Amino acid sequence: MPVQALSTMTDKAKVEISIDGVTYEVNAGSNLLQECLSLGLDLPYFCWHPCMGSVGACRQCAVKQYRDEEDSAGIMTMACMTPVQPGARISIEDQQAKAFRAGVIESLMISHPHDCPVCEEGGECHLQDMTLMSGHNYRRYDKKKVTHRNQYLGPFINHEMNRCITCYRCVRFYNEYAGGEDLSAQAAHHFTYFGRHREGTLESEFSGNLVEVCPTGVFTDKVFSENYTRKWDLQTAPSICAGCGVGCNIAPGERYGELRRVVNRYHSELNGYFICDRGRFGTGYVNDAERLKTPLDGADKELDAAAAQRQLCEIAGSDGGTIGIGSPRAGNEANFALRKLVGEENFHAGYSDAEHACMQLIAEAASDPRFHNPSIREIEQADAVLVLGEDVTNTAPRVALALRQSVHNKALELADGANIPRWQDAAVRELAQQERSPLSIFACGATRLDDVASDRVIDTPSALARNAFELAHRIDSDAPSGGGGVDALARIADQLLAARRPLIVAGASGGDIDLIKAAVNVAGALRKRRGNGGASPVDLCLLTAEVNSMGLHLMTRPENSLGAALRKLSSGEAANVIVLENDLYRRAPHAGVDAALAAAGQTAALDLLPNRTTAKADLVLPVTAFSEQQTSYVNYEGRAQLAYQVHRSHSAARPAWQWTGGFEHFRRALLDCADSIPAFAKLGDVLPDTSNLPNGIKVPRQSERYSGRTAMKANLNVHEPKQTQDPESALAFSMEGVPPRRDATILASSWAPQWNSNQSISKFQDEINGPLRQGHGGTLLLEKRSESGEYHPLPAKVDGAGLELLPALQIFGSEELSSRSEAIRARMTGAYVAISPADAQRHGLQQGQGVTLSGAGGVTATALTCIRTQMSAGAVALYVGDAEIDFHGLFHGLGARVELAPAEAPEGRGLGELIVSDLARGRDYV
Amino acid sequence: MSTKTEQLIASTAVSTDYLLDAEIAEIEHERTLYPDTRAVGLEALKIVQKHRGWVSDESLLAVAEYLGLPAAELEGVATFFNLIYRRPVGRNVILYCKSVSCWIMGCDQVKEKISGELGIDYGETSADGEFTLIPVPCLGDCDRAPVMMVGPDLHRNLDRKNLGEIFANYRDRQD
Repeated sequence: MPVQALSTMTDKAKVEISIDGVTYEVNAGSNLLQECLSLGLDLPYFCWHPCMGSVGACRQCAVKQYRDEEDSAGIMTMACMTPVQPGARISIEDQQAKAFRAGVIESLMISHPHDCPVCEEGGECHLQDMTLMSGHNYRRYDKKKVTHRNQYLGPFINHEMNRCITCYRCVRFYNEYAGGEDLSAQAAHHFTYFGRHREGTLESEFSGNLVEVCPTGVFTDKVFSENYTRKWDLQTAPSICAGCGVGCNIAPGERYGELRRVVNRYHSELNGYFICDRGRFGTGYVNDAERLKTPLDGADKELDAAAAQRQLCEIAGSDGGTIGIGSPRAGNEANFALRKLVGEENFHAGYSDAEHACMQLIAEAASDPRFHNPSIREIEQADAVLVLGEDVTNTAPRVALALRQSVHNKALELADGANIPRWQDAAVRELAQQERSPLSIFACGATRLDDVASDRVIDTPSALARNAFELAHRIDSDAPSGGGGVDALARIADQLLAARRPLIVAGASGGDIDLIKAAVNVAGALRKRRGNGGASPVDLCLLTAEVNSMGLHLMTRPENSLGAALRKLSSGEAANVIVLENDLYRRAPHAGVDAALAAAGQTAALDLLPNRTTAKADLVLPVTAFSEQQTSYVNYEGRAQLAYQVHRSHSAARPAWQWTGGFEHFRRALLDCADSIPAFAKLGDVLPDTSNLPNGIKVPRQSERYSGRTAMKANLNVHEPKQTQDPESALAFSMEGVPPRRDATILASSWAPQWNSNQSISKFQDEINGPLRQGHGGTLLLEKRSESGEYHPLPAKVDGAGLELLPALQIFGSEELSSRSEAIRARMTGAYVAISPADAQRHGLQQGQGVTLSGAGGVTATALTCIRTQMSAGAVALYVGDAEIDFHGLFHGLGARVELAPAEAPEGRGLGELIVSDLARGRDYV
Repeated sequence: MSTKTEQLIASTAVSTDYLLDAEIAEIEHERTLYPDTRAVGLEALKIVQKHRGWVSDESLLAVAEYLGLPAAELEGVATFFNLIYRRPVGRNVILYCKSVSCWIMGCDQVKEKISGELGIDYGETSADGEFTLIPVPCLGDCDRAPVMMVGPDLHRNLDRKNLGEIFANYRDRQD
């Protein structure tokens, strides 16, 4: 019999099994279902999920298993629960097995409504696929169906319980994988209900994944529902989420010129199967009516493109010098084109000065061979974690989800010891109970990972830094001591030293450079104690704040901070300024921005939505949104990834690199960037290998079933317009070309015969959870250089009156563009000050009351009081929301302090949408 | 102050003193018997039900908060077991077996009689608030079928004639 070796992975033991008389080589230790799917065989399933393992709940993946060659009767067994045994003989095609699977579907379908034509899942429904595959096509059950009441689950998710087939995937994802607490399985047998205790917004930051995890239409995308299009009618391209510095892979879908929805796009090293709700629901701004559509002059008069281009060239070339301010939310090409226009010496960073300083340290650590900046998948492998200051759930949510998986490693270790396969999910969890790998959090208050934390150190920012320095000292006595230190330090140090793969996490979002220094010291100390000879580098995950913070950093000189740019303008050293996709008022003290823009001769701003900076510009150029252009971004790891254009912009907006760089083609802009800046030398690798696309054949953005191509504009003109050409990429705005099959070059939306749902992704993997055949994982840009080996000295203690200020960041609201999307706005709170009960009492503040903050230099702001029982005394965290608060005026640097006084509560949003575990109640602060 | 903020503050208003001292004492006793608080959830619901007859939303939230368990999780427990009552029940709960032995011995006819006498079907409470009728799969007394429980008492060999007397006894009982 032929041996079909379909897997290229060599590091796992292989065994031979026989499936329907054919011998295959499969991974030992795995289960039959997973291996059948890896082999590309069609075996129906519901409750199994590639990322969540087996529970054997749905009985759908039944196969026949035979004892030996003599055995012709066999026994029925659930493939997902059956370990692979060498020489195993199974049959998928056996008539009894087929009849069994059809019977299971029939019983699951007893109460399922016949509402596919009006169901959002229709056409990409795993239940539809599996029903067809099993052969069940006629309902014999003629009794009354069980019906349920649906719940309001907030602005993101629709609930339609009648469609439920009780596979339990939703609660397994929501509770066990994502740590949510407000969704549960209720009642029993045919009344089983999946919902909240009572109606209300689903609290988890990852609730949107229910849309993809549910095999049918119980949980659907509410935002998409309101403007719905079938999967096959969406124009789709591979894209990158611009919501934070992780760079999750997404597949946005467009119809009629509008971005309709975002779904996860599988990436084996980064996001895997899941993205966060900011990424999924935060792109509504692309369709915003307020989008800048034409170039405007200072008097808001519309300009034609040529005149605008001329004016931009005049500004750039005028006497007195012109500086450019880049943007961490714009791609590499846009930033590079501006840098090229104004010259490297005149190109400045577009993030705050505090973040600028953090970025220098992050890049330094990234090039240090002692450390490794781990991917999401590597983060999941950590068996002892230390989070320093970064509020990961709100700044890089997908990393928080990965950290939550890391604590499960203890359970997997116990399972290994008890000889339980790791994929036996329920058994592994039952065995481990509350046993978790250590995860220690240093924070100024409660975080959304506290429920899985082994130790929490809660204190003011300066005290946290001292404790973290002291921790490094406890690990290696050569590291500078922070003095004193809390009791938990000894335990945390032991855990990190004992770990097989320890991980230190910090980040730039809070602008706290001392904690990044401390993180480097702790990781350095660990590296030293673990020995240099042959030992692998220590995982040090330093998170960047925005989608292209790292890309912007790599092309900006260290001295060219935003503050330096504003000073150049104010002092007259530079006459004009071109601001790329940036609202400077979010980045720097308002007084400084006002002074700089007032002193500037000419200000040009390129952006996609009007903001406080474009309002002051003499020339405003509209630019395309992330889905309307092709661009590359560099994530926190230094991974450059290409985001393809999904759809065209129908306004005069252009990619910024066209306005400023004069590049005709994207490829030219990207390659010029790669050639000009050494750090970007490998950027060209992100371009797809088009060698299997001969003669200019392209990959279609539209499915083979794309409907209405000739009719969708018939209300305007009955003549069918010519298909728009795409000279910029290997994709076409068309149904024609090489469709994304298993060996395709580019994969946006996966589809395979009989597999219309997202579960078809297994058809593109050589091995479940393995890399895609396409292999477009991005390109790691950062080279390791020599190690410094030096410890950062303990920062000087800054004393002062008042409370230490730090930023409070929210997944829904703290990112500029997503916070302008309607769905996200429905989840935003008003500006607030998080404060401890003791400090609130001292300042006479009540929950929900107004409070005025006063900082050095007379800067003040008003927000709502948010008393949190876990907040550290002596510190306050300010969330600015979309209020026009001068945060950087107050937060002039680490150790900034503010005075508080009760005030009239500001108008606008309240605190109703705030989801925190420690909101003080009456008895906590009265 | 915005309405939403007011709602928020209202929703976090202190619900102290909801649980009775006796309830808390019994819950604390159960807590000593289990290694994990989550295991106490079901016992706590039974304790509250014993004192109050049923588990209201307020009771469920109070228990969840007292034990530090997510309300959704506790709701899952409360609704899984059909002897935790999430709606008010009468002073006496009739658990009526409709499993196979009782069926053979004519429980359907007896049930008709009960329904006629009390004016209630399964899941309903009599107008005078005395009786709630709930079907159960088996009471483990098949050799004396049909059987039912009224409150804590098992009644065997039911027939259409002895029902009136049984119910009258419970109506008269003062407790």
